[in-house]
Amino acid sequence: MTLPRRSLLAAAPALVASALAAPRAARAQAGAGRVVIIGGGFGGASAARFARDRFPQLDVTLIERSRSFTTCPYGNLVLAGRRDMASITFGYERLAARGVRVVHQAAVAVDAQAKRVRLADGAQVPYDKLIVSPGIDLRWGAIEGYDEAASARMPHGWIPSLQPISLLAAQLRAMPDGGVFVMVIPDNPFRCPPGPYERISMVAEYLKRHKPRSKIIALDAKNGFSKQPLFQDAWAELYPGMVEWRGASNDGRVVRVRPAEMEVETEFGDRVKGDVINVIPPQMAASIAREAGLAAASGWCPIRPTTFESAQVPDIHVLGDATVAAPMPKSGFAASSHAKHAVACIAAALSGRPAPPAVFFNTCYSHVGDDYGISIVGVFRGTPERIIEVEGAGGISPRNEVLGARAREFRRLEALYADGWYDAITNEMFS
Amino acid sequence: MRLAASVLTLGLLAAAPAPAQAPDAALLAGACQGCHGVAGEGGHGIPSIKQQQTRAEFVAAMRAFRGNERPNTVMGRITRGYTDAEIAALAAHFAKPE
Ligand SMILES: Cc1cc2nc3c(=O)[nH]c(=O)nc-3n(C[C@H](O)[C@H](O)[C@H](O)COP(=O)(O)OP(=O)(O)OC[C@H]3O[C@@H](n4cnc5c(N)ncnc54)[C@H](O)[C@@H]3O)c2cc1C
Ligand code: HEC
Repeated sequence: MTLPRRSLLAAAPALVASALAAPRAARAQAGAGRVVIIGGGFGGASAARFARDRFPQLDVTLIERSRSFTTCPYGNLVLAGRRDMASITFGYERLAARGVRVVHQAAVAVDAQAKRVRLADGAQVPYDKLIVSPGIDLRWGAIEGYDEAASARMPHGWIPSLQPISLLAAQLRAMPDGGVFVMVIPDNPFRCPPGPYERISMVAEYLKRHKPRSKIIALDAKNGFSKQPLFQDAWAELYPGMVEWRGASNDGRVVRVRPAEMEVETEFGDRVKGDVINVIPPQMAASIAREAGLAAASGWCPIRPTTFESAQVPDIHVLGDATVAAPMPKSGFAASSHAKHAVACIAAALSGRPAPPAVFFNTCYSHVGDDYGISIVGVFRGTPERIIEVEGAGGISPRNEVLGARAREFRRLEALYADGWYDAITNEMFS
Repeated sequence: MRLAASVLTLGLLAAAPAPAQAPDAALLAGACQGCHGVAGEGGHGIPSIKQQQTRAEFVAAMRAFRGNERPNTVMGRITRGYTDAEIAALAAHFAKPE
């Protein structure tokens, strides 16, 4: 590896740890190879941990531009005032101690011919197999007037490394009682299908407690959404009269924003003013994936459903939100499922074995109130043509009317188990 | 597109050019670890599944969830996604060593 001085110094403790955990003898084992991972989020960190635990013959380098990782999950609880930023922020020290070479640089280019990654400081990192899990970028300008400057007035709060959720939280705290919180929600596909609706719920919980005369207006570019009956039951029960949700057929699609006037405009010209405006714009795979030639015209990266190898560039696996993996949602749990499978496929390929059977999994819990949680589950299988959801499995948790007398306890347990999920998955990545 | 697990297994066998493969327990376990913890230790009310039961007990528990014969919030929806062979592999991974 030809790292310049600065990167070498930064990576030095990791290199030492790596040498301890993976002695030379191990590296000479059958099936050895250099696995380089771009992006240390849900996909990348899970891949690094799984590779270290399960395949000691692999040499693992993780390229992550940030020194710490703040999760999107539980960011909505920061809005509600139930969590602080420190409790959703993690470091890479433990991954390094496990023998992952962690390099805190941005990857700026991939040379798929020479099989190496160029870093922002000019260093070149060679690979045998590359994993790319860089998450998403926002499509600035897709909504007229919504560019990076506008996002300071009208925060997105959708990519923690670009804009911490604390910005939107501060605006919510400063909002007067009786104010209007406007949320602009994109069409599919986008990061975390239930995320905007969990956010509505957590903002409502905060408003109910601190600014009960306020309102939430959600303007949505589609006509239905994830876990819709469960969310709408909860809004009616917990926050009556506070949440107004308008779908596309009810002129919910926002086409223009005017940050100076704190106003958004819909497809048919309705102008809606807000005291706080949260714009979640349309999205695409993050720039490094697009620049590496991994994305299709849609802006998302097609993969082979049996291995998560890029359908466009050999020896590169793409994971997580950047991929076209429907019917799997763009979720952290899904990204970690992609990650483990891709690492196993890489280990198999390097030692000349067939890829393991492709079984994928997702659960997304959402907090919608105090002691009130809901969930959706999916089990999936990869065939050569597509990813298939297993019929009869998965789905959303039962509605309260079905649960009857058990409803309260069920919702309490789902909120509790959501915390269990959060600890389990973040521990796996970062402890 | 959705397919039943049983139909699906047959379909995969028919479509796959490679010979049928045994389930990969460590990979399947990845799904469980996302809630039960890396070692299956549990937390926040999610029960430990780390060597708590014999294999037979573990399989029986998973089957009871699958048939909704055992109260659950989420395990019924999960277990219905896995074949008997996969559940056996998970039992070997998480249950008491034999
Ligand atoms: C409000 C909200 C709530 C959510 N709640 C849940 C939930 O409850 N459950 C759930 O499963 N999912 C949830 N999600 C979705 C989850 O956050 C994403 O699906 C997940 O982060 C995707 O993982 P990823 O690896 O694709 O990308 P990320 O986790 O975003 O990781 C990408 C990483 O790559 C780095 N990176 C990007 N480009 C480069 C480069 N060129 N060089 C170096 N590093 C780079 C970034 O800094 C980042 O650390 C939520 C999302 C939101 C917005
Ligand atoms: C979304 C979180 C979640 C995932 C993923 C998950 N579990 Fe569970 N598990 C639970 C919860 C919660 C319970 C308690 C029963 C319930 O409410 O469904 C449980 C209970 C169990 C039990 C019964 C334990 C006991 O002693 O009562 C077993 C066995 C089990 N799970 C195995 C598994 C296996 C194997 C997997 C992977 C295929 C898995 N679980 C995946 C959350 C999860």
